[in-house]
Amino acid sequence: MAIETKKLSIICFSGDFDKAVAAFTLASGAAAVNWDVNVFFTFWGLNILKKKQGRRFIGKGLLARLFNFLMGGSHNLPLSRLNFGGISPGLMTKMMKKRNVATLQELIESAKQLNVKLIACEMAMHILGLTRADLVDEVKEVIGVPTFLEYSKNGQIIFIS
Amino acid sequence: MKYNLDVTKEHCPMTFVKVKVKLSQIAIGDILDVLLCNGEPLENVPRSAEEQGHRILETRKDGEHFHVMIEKRVEPPKEN
Repeated sequence: MAIETKKLSIICFSGDFDKAVAAFTLASGAAAVNWDVNVFFTFWGLNILKKKQGRRFIGKGLLARLFNFLMGGSHNLPLSRLNFGGISPGLMTKMMKKRNVATLQELIESAKQLNVKLIACEMAMHILGLTRADLVDEVKEVIGVPTFLEYSKNGQIIFIS
Repeated sequence: MKYNLDVTKEHCPMTFVKVKVKLSQIAIGDILDVLLCNGEPLENVPRSAEEQGHRILETRKDGEHFHVMIEKRVEPPKEN
C-alpha cells in the first residue's frame, strides 16, 4: 500500500505560552497521524527554542543581551491574555496536568520524538545576536525565506502570530 | 510480541502521539493492544494506523472503553 504523505508547515512568530501550546499541539498531532511537519520559529518564537530555559544574558551585543534576558526562554513565556505578571502560565500548566492534557514541555518532547522538523529564522537570530549553539540541539537548520518556501512547497502553511 | 497501551486518560493530541511513538518502538509483526475511549480516539487511532500502513486486527468493546489491536507492518520513515 502506498503511504500518502501530507505536509504542514507552521510559522511560529509568537513567543506566548498559549500560542506555543497551539503550535506544538498542531505539530505533534499532525506528525502523529503521519504528516510531515516543519515548524519555523521567528522573532518571539525563538524564545521557545532557547537552550537556556530561564532568563539569561545571552547573545552578541549589549542590547541583544538585555533583550534576551527580558524575554527569557521557554520557562518565561507569557500568556497572551491574563498573564498577571507571569503567574498565569504556571497556573495554566497546573490545570493542564490536573485535566490530563499534555503540558507545553510534554508537547515539545513529543514533537521532537516524532521528528517534527524544528527550524529557526536566520534573520531574527541575527537581530537577537543568537547563534545555533544558543538553541536546543533538535533545531535542524537555521534558514531564510527561500528555504522555508522550498520546505513548505505543496503543503499547508499556518502562521501563529 | 504483544504490547499494551492505555490511552484512556489522554486527550488530543497525546492519544495519537503515544500510539505512534509506541508503534515506532516495537518490531514489525508485533501487536499493540490499545485501550482507548469512544469518540475521537476510536475514530482516528485505527484510521491513522491504517494510513501509516499498519493493520487493524480487531476492535472490541470493553465496558465503556475499546481495545484496538494493531499489527505493526511498516517502519516509520527515517528522520528528515
